[in-house]
Amino acid sequence: MNTSLSKKQTAPEDAQKEPSMLLQKQMIGSHYDALARAHEEGRKVVYTFVPGNLTELIRSFDMLPVLPEINALQSGMRKLSADYIAEAEKHGHSEDVCTYVKCDIGMLKKGNVGPTGKKLPPPDLLLLSYTGCFTFMKWFELLRQEYDCPVAMLHVPYQADGQIHDHHRDYILQQLRTEVIPKFEQVTGRRYDEDRLREMLRLSAQAEDDLVWVLESARNVPSPIDAYFGGVYYIGPMFSAFRGTPEGLEYYRTLRREVEARVRAGLGPITPEGQLGKERYRLVMEGPPNWTSFREFWKMFHEEGAVVVASSYTKVGGLYDRGFRHDPSRPLESLADYCSGCYTNLGLPTRVELLEHYIRHFRADGFMINSVKSCNSFSVGQLLMLRQLEERTGVPGGFIESDLVDPRYFSAANIKNRIESYLQMLEQKRAAKAQA
Amino acid sequence: MKPALAEIVNRAQTLFDDLDLKAVHAWKEAEPGRKAIGHMPIYVPRELIHAAGMLPVGIVGGGDRLEIIRGDAYFQSYICHIPRSTIELALSHRLDVLDGMLFPSICDVIRNLSGMWTILFPDRYVRYVDVPQNFDPQAGGTYWRHELEILREDLGRLAQRPITDVALRQSIAIYNENRSAIRELYEARSEQPWFFPTSEVYLMLRAGNVLPPEDHTALLRAYLQQAPLEDDRSDQDQSRIVLVGMFCELPPLGLLLTLERAGCWVVGDDLLLGLRWLLAAVPTAGDPLGNLVDAFLRHSAPTASRYMPEGGRGRWLVESVRRNNAEGVVFCAPSFCDPALLEQPMLIAALDRAGIPHTQFKYSEDTGQFAVIREQAGTFSDSIRLWSQA
Repeated sequence: MNTSLSKKQTAPEDAQKEPSMLLQKQMIGSHYDALARAHEEGRKVVYTFVPGNLTELIRSFDMLPVLPEINALQSGMRKLSADYIAEAEKHGHSEDVCTYVKCDIGMLKKGNVGPTGKKLPPPDLLLLSYTGCFTFMKWFELLRQEYDCPVAMLHVPYQADGQIHDHHRDYILQQLRTEVIPKFEQVTGRRYDEDRLREMLRLSAQAEDDLVWVLESARNVPSPIDAYFGGVYYIGPMFSAFRGTPEGLEYYRTLRREVEARVRAGLGPITPEGQLGKERYRLVMEGPPNWTSFREFWKMFHEEGAVVVASSYTKVGGLYDRGFRHDPSRPLESLADYCSGCYTNLGLPTRVELLEHYIRHFRADGFMINSVKSCNSFSVGQLLMLRQLEERTGVPGGFIESDLVDPRYFSAANIKNRIESYLQMLEQKRAAKAQA
Repeated sequence: MKPALAEIVNRAQTLFDDLDLKAVHAWKEAEPGRKAIGHMPIYVPRELIHAAGMLPVGIVGGGDRLEIIRGDAYFQSYICHIPRSTIELALSHRLDVLDGMLFPSICDVIRNLSGMWTILFPDRYVRYVDVPQNFDPQAGGTYWRHELEILREDLGRLAQRPITDVALRQSIAIYNENRSAIRELYEARSEQPWFFPTSEVYLMLRAGNVLPPEDHTALLRAYLQQAPLEDDRSDQDQSRIVLVGMFCELPPLGLLLTLERAGCWVVGDDLLLGLRWLLAAVPTAGDPLGNLVDAFLRHSAPTASRYMPEGGRGRWLVESVRRNNAEGVVFCAPSFCDPALLEQPMLIAALDRAGIPHTQFKYSEDTGQFAVIREQAGTFSDSIRLWSQA
């Protein structure tokens, strides 16, 4: 359907990249280079998770973070994950469990060569930020069997009612002070430097302002960004290793300038196949993307003129768009609040409210749920969320199923068929409304 | 089976078969104003519910006797079975008798189910019981005390009577008795499994989900007394095994019978772990809430849903095998059960290091075909007996 629209798009052989994407690529490459040299240069390495990550605190000790989910998704995008998963299953890991875990374990068993082809250093510390995902706990228990290093455990209570209670914050603070920071000090031989942390948090907050501006730009019609497929690039530095760094700040300034220019020009987002033509459908997305066929998955949307104007996945590393900022005046408290507020740490009613807000705030025509097999934290309850959102907003929802990094669960024909049918339905509703 | 034992087992079987919670209805109707609070596996502080004068009711899904009509519409195919049958029970009004529902932090499925409950049943009391994964008294202990204080206040409000320290101490004593009786049963089964087949022990435990603890303790003690009087129960050439992985979604009774028929004496398991979560008696003197907190931090059962660094679970499993004089381990986990399946490779590594044989298979609470399981368990049992004779 809608082939004329596709023809309007430029179609270079290689994916078209924005300057900010190139900058990010360079940053990530440098980070993996730094990791490869870390132990030679006497730097310590911390393995930790994206939701509830303590990047500024880690960097204030001059340590470098490694994020296994990022490695897994990068392996998925580079078509390496199938072999890694097979390797893990060969070692007795069930076909039923999270494929991020299996991708990570498989990568480790095959030599722990990172996505850029350089060997990752073993961790000096495993920082288990148990935030919004039960699997994290078992994941690091498994890694602890592979590495002879200490583990710092940070349990972040679930926000079932969507609120951060004082005793939740106190619990996190207590763990930061008596478990996490002492282990950082022990591993690095350095003292906790709160002034350094404050300075990093100040940089974080500035970058967060720019990220929020970019996410909010999707209120424009046409939206200058795709807040899901493009959004995963936009959150990359913020959710991984670059919060609180000058490079992170520079990235978000560059990104903002880029998006500002598109708004001025009335342009839509850049896709891997080039500048998007006419914006035909504005969608809200719930759930993580599939990484093994990421470009193909995106194409199923953009070739129909469907643009994602807001997504929940881009909030797994923090809900900055709802007002949270890292705060240098209350450094550890704001880290505690940050951890608590990550999307998958929020109860289902809060998640429904957030998506409802997005549908209204970004004037979406529809919403779609990509339910991934690997992630119960995201997926359990999504069918109820679908009904709730339709009832509350009157906007129709679509539902597709895939996986994070296991290509066996990405059925391209089925998914494409569902997306096309869903968009046709939106079109018919629109036509009916116009006639009424 | 002698009449006295038959009566006990039949009573437990009737409670097991009753998906409409008639026993809970009967308990509530016996006295006006009584209330019942449901809870999912594994651990909730049932003492608090009891001290409020309410009945704690363990909800463990619908097993293999419930037709799922609406539940499947709420869950994708790759999610375990217990949430869909639990939703089915609720949507078919079988859980209307419950005045509230607690969802402990077992895994992300049960966690999200708490949110679904809040949305679907906005007029009922729902609480996610987020137990600490940090067992330091200053950190996890302080946090857990706050959580218990909130729960105490909520339950008192629901019961329309505050939970006093005196009442809570009494409830702690009653549950100490109950846990003690369960421990005795497990020890008796470990010593003489032919008198206490697990298919019966399981029924006895399940009765604890719906009976008041005082009645349940009495039932257990009666069973402990009567079962060894059966003349036709004698030791047989069966292998002694520990079962692992059944702590949340429970197996169909037929599966446990199949294991026994395949030549396995179950001498250790993690069935209905919540009933025996606290491994030591909780002191009845002093600050009762503090005692519950301390017991949780110091005496919680090791299980997959707990953070156990440094190979703690593996060591515990090996110890459990040795303590029960078991000869092997059967990993028997529900399909798509993250906690059980994620930790299996770690446990297997620990068993391999200790030279303990093991086998594994998966089930669902509504599994109806046991031929493959019987063959696998039988082969496993045979191989153990052959090795031990060698």
